[in-house]
Amino acid sequence: MSTAEVTQERVASRARVREKAGRRPGRGGQILVWVGVLLTIVFCLFPFYWIINTSLKTGSELSTGHVFPHHPSVDNYTSIFKNADFTTALKTSAIVAGSSTIIALTIGSFAAYALARLRFKFKFLILAIILSTTTFPPIAIAAPLFKLWTDIGFYNTYQGLILPFLTFVLPLTIYILTSFFQEIPKDLEEAALVDGATRFQAFRKIVIPLAAPGMVTAGLLAFIFAWNEFLLSITLTSSAHRRPVSAAIAFFTGSQQFQIPLGTIAAATVTITVPLIVLVIIFQKRIVAGLTAGAVKG
Amino acid sequence: MSERRLAAYLVSPSLIVIALVAAYPIGYAIWLSLNQYSVIHPGLSRWVGLDNYKDALTSHDFWSAFKTTFIFTIISVTLELVLGLIMALLMHSAFRGRGVLRAVVLVPWAILTVGTAMMWKTIFDADLGFANQLLKALHLPGSHTVWLGQNGYALAVMIFADVWKTAPFMALLLLAGLQVIPDDVYEAAKVDGATAWQRFWSITMPLLKPAILVALIFRTLDALRIFDLPFVLTQGANGTTSLSLYAYQQLTQNRLIGPGSALAVLTFVIVMTVSFLYIRLVGGNIRGLAEET
Repeated sequence: MSTAEVTQERVASRARVREKAGRRPGRGGQILVWVGVLLTIVFCLFPFYWIINTSLKTGSELSTGHVFPHHPSVDNYTSIFKNADFTTALKTSAIVAGSSTIIALTIGSFAAYALARLRFKFKFLILAIILSTTTFPPIAIAAPLFKLWTDIGFYNTYQGLILPFLTFVLPLTIYILTSFFQEIPKDLEEAALVDGATRFQAFRKIVIPLAAPGMVTAGLLAFIFAWNEFLLSITLTSSAHRRPVSAAIAFFTGSQQFQIPLGTIAAATVTITVPLIVLVIIFQKRIVAGLTAGAVKG
Repeated sequence: MSERRLAAYLVSPSLIVIALVAAYPIGYAIWLSLNQYSVIHPGLSRWVGLDNYKDALTSHDFWSAFKTTFIFTIISVTLELVLGLIMALLMHSAFRGRGVLRAVVLVPWAILTVGTAMMWKTIFDADLGFANQLLKALHLPGSHTVWLGQNGYALAVMIFADVWKTAPFMALLLLAGLQVIPDDVYEAAKVDGATAWQRFWSITMPLLKPAILVALIFRTLDALRIFDLPFVLTQGANGTTSLSLYAYQQLTQNRLIGPGSALAVLTFVIVMTVSFLYIRLVGGNIRGLAEET
């Protein structure tokens, strides 16, 4: 199928989607749909509400099941920001997740361009190898790296996390970018080539700007996955000054031993999740496009 | 520069990184798993061949973790598929505010799993948890259930927490599949007098099959690698130790590098086998991505 045909096909399918939006189920069906929608919203949001609710409770109220905090207080929030372990962990997470995302976007965009545009041998094999690494269980990487990093001094360092994070961040980026690059019309690039641009110039000046939405999507998803990573984070670090937030929360200790410091954990979870949720809401269409890239092909 | 050469330059950085951070560690894990390391004298090791594997495969703990992992995977992925399909159909059926619903559905996916796992732990607390208080308030039986403290129930909570987090994700994948089914097919079936139920089973389901298979692959492979939920909820107590968690415990808590690596390699082999079987089923999708150009 030529690019033009593909584009036409996409426009047509979008028109069909719009048409479908005009079709409504009957009255009974509509009520059923609304009940379902309401249930879905409660199902998805209630636990998050519960975390916020818990984060605003203090002292003995924490152990109650009050659906609203009777004495709401922001003490938990002030306390986590006074906690050096938490603020350090935030910095570590930002550095580690940010660096692995940037590295993955850079080298991943090269690979994705080649996979989407160029003709070469073993293309399927290379794509299969890249994709198969997403299926590697992190424990199978954490176990040897635990020993290897100790031997070469990478244990409990930034690079000791950034490198293994690439095992899942890089394939994800390549996968998303490949499908985005395929959607960019080839004609523009070919025109540039005819005008005497090199392949690399065409890539940098035409493909990259056009693929910017794809880069944003891939970058966001990569960052969220890296930010939420847990197994490698706890296995390859040992001290608070190199622990990312996901690991730090698991190591929060209460004022008394064996007591889970619920209020602070809840406040910390809200604090590190809200920025992600805001990003997700702003970029929801792109994120969904990225998550479903390739899912509906062939 | 020839196209082929350029491709080689462009692809090699990624391949080198993958070789260094994924392939090499796996190879090293296999090497580690064939040796026994002294706990008392660091650095001392001896070749034991397949002994660590023999020990693992004849141990009760390994098979119990294996069973737990597969029960967890099968039940949670099935529930996620059913719930995800219902949510996808809801989002797809014409109604205003679809964007709001889509944003809402992304919330569980974006929340830190460790944080939510801790919340579930308190919600399912036997004495003060919200779950039991709710059961009591509604006069339902079971308001004294020690959710995380007994076999079966602990796994059920783990499955519930996973379904909550990932059913919405499944819904988004399936919604994308639903949106490419052309409307005329339904119109034609309607004209021919097919009922809504018949249309669902003979049009929606077959046409949605590729999207369902891809969603199933993603979720199955994730579920087989489950680690953070049992780690936080129960530390693996009461029949919730997954393969990943078992390997982790052997490695870091018991410092058994040889046997721990053998378990990690076995987990790897199991996950790869399942993904291979799946890809045999839907290989066309990945091939399609490579050959579309």
